[in-house]
Parts: sequence; structure tokens; C-alpha cells
Amino acid sequence: MHNDSPWLRAFRGLAGAVLIVWLVLPLVPLAIWSFARGWFFPDILPKQWTLSAWEYALSERAGVIDSLGLTIGISLAATALSILVGVPAGRALGLYKFRGKELVELLILAPTIVPGIAVALGIHSVFITLGLNNTVGGVVLVHLVPTLPYMVLVMSGIFANYDPAFESQARSLGASWLKTFWYVTFPAILPGIIVGGLFAFLVSWSQYILTLLIGGGRVVTLPLLLFNFATSGRNDITGAIGIVYILPGIIILILTARHLSGRNGAVGGFGRI
Amino acid sequence: MSDRLKIFLLLAPALTAIIVLFMGGLGIGLARSLNYMPVIGLVDPNFDAYWTVFTSQEFYLSFLLTFHISFTSTVLSSVLAIGAALLLRRQFIGRAIINFLFQLNLTVPHLVGAIGILYLFSQSGSFARLAAEWGMISRPGDFPALVFDPYAIGIILQYVWKEVPFIGVILLANMQALGEDYESVARSLGANRWQAFRHVLLPLIFPGLLSASVMVFAFTFGAYEIPAILGPNYPAALPVLAYRKYTDVDLEARPEAMAMAIIIALLSALMIFFYVRISRRNIRS
Repeated sequence: MHNDSPWLRAFRGLAGAVLIVWLVLPLVPLAIWSFARGWFFPDILPKQWTLSAWEYALSERAGVIDSLGLTIGISLAATALSILVGVPAGRALGLYKFRGKELVELLILAPTIVPGIAVALGIHSVFITLGLNNTVGGVVLVHLVPTLPYMVLVMSGIFANYDPAFESQARSLGASWLKTFWYVTFPAILPGIIVGGLFAFLVSWSQYILTLLIGGGRVVTLPLLLFNFATSGRNDITGAIGIVYILPGIIILILTARHLSGRNGAVGGFGRI
Repeated sequence: MSDRLKIFLLLAPALTAIIVLFMGGLGIGLARSLNYMPVIGLVDPNFDAYWTVFTSQEFYLSFLLTFHISFTSTVLSSVLAIGAALLLRRQFIGRAIINFLFQLNLTVPHLVGAIGILYLFSQSGSFARLAAEWGMISRPGDFPALVFDPYAIGIILQYVWKEVPFIGVILLANMQALGEDYESVARSLGANRWQAFRHVLLPLIFPGLLSASVMVFAFTFGAYEIPAILGPNYPAALPVLAYRKYTDVDLEARPEAMAMAIIIALLSALMIFFYVRISRRNIRS
């Protein structure tokens, strides 16, 4: 299979180059705009460069820094919640066979194949009665809907390859329930928690319409701020906020890259981001 | 503790969350779309909102646009992702870079991609400026409309940008798990490159491709912020239309918005059902 012709190798190199350019291309004008002053048609590059968009974006009155903190807080809380709720469910689906298992799986995966907008409007009505609209808590709770399926999916894959006999051995040797969890179960499932948690964080991080509806415009996360600037035509500030918005994801990616290689079984089964 | 009780307790938090939030959201949406709200004294359900939706021309135009967006994006992304995954299986210069960019792209929210596509492809965007530089156009208006356009080219470009890495990463993980033994056997038995791909590799990676592309279809059919940034005003994509109705100053429009939300869910489920059936039949045969 490896007697490839030079033509095929040249084609691969060319396709690879096109792919690299295409993957980076949409982020380039965002970065340029954030340093541009009055970049008008038909200038290919700005005539004047400036830091004023960054000065504004990082200033107190712009609210970008507050919004960044709020967005990180909401995504961390939604991730923690989906770990707490998703790990036990993943254990049940990965370790046991039981009647109605397919139905449970279908229910838990349903949010990934039913469009978000269809659920969002109804949840908004549910939350009116619960008094959760326009609150940070309500937004965290609603982010559970898109994040939970990934957490359960990853964890059930991990538990399918997990042997609970180690736990009973630890217990029979006198370890308490808590010690058994901490020294036996937790280290074994940690890779899954990291990958599932990463997906949960990124899914929550990119939510727009759920936050807009449930937060009622009072819980202003970064995507809401970004959308407002993008539709008001302030391209320079939009560029700066856009860069601020994608940086945490890139940092997390670099920190967790070794968990995300194609060899990790969890990656093959994950869902949308 | 019996296994049954254990399973029940382990599943209880997740099922509660899904049933209250997800099913509750759909259920209340359905009730309100039928004008059924006992709290404010509406106890006679009716189909008025559905009637209004189904008799408006805008709804059909929006549906056609949204279907076109989802169908085209899903097919294009799937085909290109298969190509990209096949490419990334081989050793060549730049492979590590593409692998990294694929993962990086997964972390970039759709909204950022949409703004990037807007700045690249709008009539005063980067490509229009390049066209002006090379003397192909003299005014922004001469550049073809690729965003806010009736064919939703900008939206589709954005989805292809985001979804090729998404499907590609899943396919690549599948291919690496499979190895190349099956194809080698087929090749040694006389199959050519295409036959080995079509009759050996494709059926093997098909389950992963199917679930990834179903997710892409459902997402692109229900996404709001991307068509809101890049889409035409009329007809708007269905989610944009539903959100507009929902936030209309006229509260009478709310049941209509709910009806649209329910129709979006049903249509999406129906289309995914047929998509799964048709593609299974075609790949397996």
C-alpha cells in the first residue's frame, strides 16, 4: 500500500496546504481588525495600526473582562454540574445491562439530535414558573441540556472498559467507601472525566441562544457581547473580543492535548462542539 | 443494595435533568403552541397557531432555505471530512499542523467562525478587496453577494469550516482503531484503490460517519446565531424566524413561535429518520 506515486504524494501535499490555509483563514481578518484604524475598502491591509480597540476592550467600562470572568464561571459551573450528574449515569450505562436501557440512552442523547431552538423556547416558559429566568443559576442549569449528553457518552465508554471487581477487593481489604472511590475508582476514570469535562466546558462556552433567552439579556456572556458588537459594525472591537473569546479554548487545548490524541477511545464517540 | 436500585439511583440525577429541562421544555412548548395554558385560563387547546404558520408563505420559504443550508452543509462537510481523514492517515509534511488545527478549530465557537466568514466574504471583505486590487471589480457592489445572499453561501462556508474538522476527527479516530489490514487484504485480492475504499473502508467507518453527520444536520437545522449573522433577512432561517416571533412585541405571536419550535423538532426528527434509513440501505448494499 505504500508504493505511492509521486503524483499522489504531490496531490497530498497540495491538499494539505489548501486545508491549512482554509482552517486558519477566517481567523486572520479578526486578528487584523483588532489592530486596525479605519480599514476601508479597497485597502488590503490597514493604512494605520492602533491598539485602541484593545485598550477599549480591556478597559473597565467595556465590560469585556467582567464578561470573561462570568463566562468562565458559568462554563466551569456547568461542567462541574454535568460531571456530578453525568458520571453516575455513565457508570449505569457502561457497567450494567437492564430493561429499558435503549430508551434511557435515547433520552440522554436526544438533546444532540433535537435542534436547540426547539427546546429553548419551551424551557424559557418552564423557567418563568420556576423564577429562574434572568439569573446566572438558570443559565448554568440550562447549559446542562447540551453538555450532559457528551459527558454521559464519554463516561459510559470509560465504564464499559472498567472492572468494578477492583472496588470490591478494596472494600474487602477494609477500605471505606470514600477511600475506595478516591484511591481506586477516581484514578481509573480520571481520563474520561478530563475529556468529557473538556467537551462540556467547550459546549457551554459556545452557547448563544440558550444564554440569550434564559439570561434575558441580563446575563451577558462573551458570545452575547461579541454578537452585539458584530451586528453594530464595530469591526475593530469585535476583532479584539473575538480573540479574547477564543483564547481560553486554545489554552485548554494545549494543556490537555495529550489526552485528546486519536488513540483515546473517548474521542471517537464524542458529539458536537 | 440490589442492582436495580443501584441503576435507578445512578441514573436518577441525569434522567431528572433531561426530563424536567428537555422533555419539560418540549412539553410546555407543545402545550403553548396549542394555546393550552390553564394558568391563565386557556383550557381549550386549538390548532390556530399551526394554521397561521402553515398558511404563511414566509414559513415555506424559510423551511426551504433552512433545509438547503442543512442538507448542503452536511453533504459537503461529510465528503470533505472523509477526504481529510484519508489524507491525515498518511505521513506527509504538514500533517502534525493539520492535526493541531483540526483540534484548535473544534474549540472555536461557531459565532467567531461566522464573523470571520463575514469579514472574508462580504462585499467589502478581504476577497472583495483582493478582487479590486487585481482590477476585477471597481466597487464593493460589483463583488458577488456571498453573505446575506438567497443561496446562503456564507452560512454553508461557515458550517463547512467548522464541521469538516468535527467529522474528520471522529473518522480519523475510527480509521486508526481499524488499522489498514482489511484494505490490504482487499488490495492483495485484486481490488483497486477505489474498490478497497468503497466496499471495505467506507462500510467500516460508516457508523461513525452517520452519527457525526446526523449531529451536524440537527445542529445546522436549529442553529440561531450563524444565520442571524450571515443570513438574508427574508426569508430568514427557521430558528431566526421562530426567535423573532417569540420576541415579537405582540404576545399573540408567541404560540406561533412555539408551533414553529415544535415543527422544527418534528421535521428534524423526520428528516434524520429518512436520512438514516436511506444512507444505511445505500452503503450496505
